[in-house]
Amino acid sequence: MRSIFGRHEMSFAEPAALPVATSAAPRLHVLKRFTSSFKASLPAYLLLLPSLIFLALFTYGAMGRVVIDALYQRATPKAPVRFVGLDNISAVLADPAFTGAVVNNLIYAVGTAVPSIALALLFALALARTHAVNSALRAALFLPVLIPMVAASALFLFIFLPNVGLLDYYIGRLLPVLPNWLGDPDIALYAIMIITIWKNAGYYMLFFLAGLQAVPEDVMEAAHLDGAGPYMRLRHIILPELKPTFLFVTVIAILNAVTQVDHVFVMTQGGPSNSTNLVLFYIYQQAVEHYDIGKASAATLLTLAALMGLTALSFRTMANREGGP
Amino acid sequence: MKLIDRLYKDAPLATRGEITPKLGFALTVLLAIVWLIPFLWMVVATLRPASDGINAMAELMPSLKPTLDNVRDAWEIGDFPRYTINTTIICTGILLVQFVTITLAGFAFARLDFAGKTLIFYLFLMQLMLVPVLLIVPNLSLVAQLGLYDTLTGVMMPFFASAFGTFLMRQAFEAIPTELEDAALIDGASLLQRIRHIYVPLSMPSFSAFAIISVTSHWNDFLWPLMVINSPDKRPLTVGLSVFTKTAEGTQAWGTIAAGTLMVVAPLLVVFLIFQKRFISSFVTSGIK
Repeated sequence: MRSIFGRHEMSFAEPAALPVATSAAPRLHVLKRFTSSFKASLPAYLLLLPSLIFLALFTYGAMGRVVIDALYQRATPKAPVRFVGLDNISAVLADPAFTGAVVNNLIYAVGTAVPSIALALLFALALARTHAVNSALRAALFLPVLIPMVAASALFLFIFLPNVGLLDYYIGRLLPVLPNWLGDPDIALYAIMIITIWKNAGYYMLFFLAGLQAVPEDVMEAAHLDGAGPYMRLRHIILPELKPTFLFVTVIAILNAVTQVDHVFVMTQGGPSNSTNLVLFYIYQQAVEHYDIGKASAATLLTLAALMGLTALSFRTMANREGGP
Repeated sequence: MKLIDRLYKDAPLATRGEITPKLGFALTVLLAIVWLIPFLWMVVATLRPASDGINAMAELMPSLKPTLDNVRDAWEIGDFPRYTINTTIICTGILLVQFVTITLAGFAFARLDFAGKTLIFYLFLMQLMLVPVLLIVPNLSLVAQLGLYDTLTGVMMPFFASAFGTFLMRQAFEAIPTELEDAALIDGASLLQRIRHIYVPLSMPSFSAFAIISVTSHWNDFLWPLMVINSPDKRPLTVGLSVFTKTAEGTQAWGTIAAGTLMVVAPLLVVFLIFQKRFISSFVTSGIK
């Protein structure tokens, strides 16, 4: 800005001679600077090229294709595509299976994120100091993180099996009526939430363990001297210090609630009567079972848009974590 | 009581008498045991002979006459050797290509100045948010257009570039003193030579951290290979296990399912138990895969 003002002042002083000269020279200068900076940047671009090609194909390109596919529709799988505008989106929004899946997914997100984060915090607080016993306990709690969701599903299929399964065999005796864990539409969603909590609490624990290391030792000591009890220390020192960790873990937990739904595929297929149908399973059904790419893309687009708010939030957190460019 | 005192011996003096932390610890121990029960059942049920009958299937006490029949059945019914090879090919293929792409891109971000650096940095960051599994529908049609439907290459391709790996390598490379590179520059080493002989050898811990995250997450991938792969002989372990479970569930062969699951989870669990510390620290750096 300052340089532009400077030039104006000069042109007031010598109005006749300057305009041509000043407008030509900077442009040439800019062009030269652009080519020379491009030349200087060329090695970097070449190094980035392999990554950018795959990102362009499978991330940005995929985004673009979702938007385009959502605007077109085929009458039959063989028919040519025709432009339908926002029809796919309104069809998805009017589909009770989709709105049901969204509601289920919201219940699933809250019902898995809150307990697994609470448990993760408990585990981290209890196992913060490192010695052999705590390391073994941490490993035990971390084991489920390492196994595929499909393997966890295979194990829990038996755990939830009516009458002879693990749960009914040991706990069912205490209940007046044996629940059909995966077969009852009122219970099935909560049953699969248990698997997710079991699988993720140990993962989130790691972040709280790392976060606890940042709690300043001298502040804790001062609190001891002032006679602050465990609750006071947790409430006024530890939790404020863990705030960024909470934010970060919550973002991951919500992303997981949308993306980590393999057990629905293996155990319930969205049933009974759509009670465990989640958004990603709905998208899969539209694309693979109904060959309806238009509707599948519209549902993907809506999900991506819904995650945008979260994305903006985690973008900031992540940029801070990575230390900026 | 003695044992508990030993666990708290380096806690600050003022807190040793407090009850709440001990209750929390006791609860955690209890939950850790609960957390292990599915694994315990898996092992016990694998070794249980079919003659014990379906009603003893949930018993967590090991059978007195352990047998490997279930392992043999699972090995014969499911094509687990084939699945294991496919998963290994997928994980190795992805990892090798990723090593190249993240090294080059990580170096560019760490050591080079170029026009549009901030913009490109945010383009990379975007991949961390747009979780690939959400883009299965457009990516499946792209893979089909490239003629890679029902191939292992098709399964691998969307993961060849990794923003997470790029940022990890950027961090590692930034920590390497520039004097080393300057010395090589004077000796006339080219850019690629400097990366290959100075930066890569000094960043091995970051490469191994990345390898752990990459292999675990792709070992466990299910939905994407399920969509791309059609032929039974190209299935990875996860897809194979889900098909196997469906078949065996019909015949109530729970011992065989436990054995099949054990075969799928054992490799990663064994490696984890050996390299526990490294796994834990890698997962802490991972955040979002």
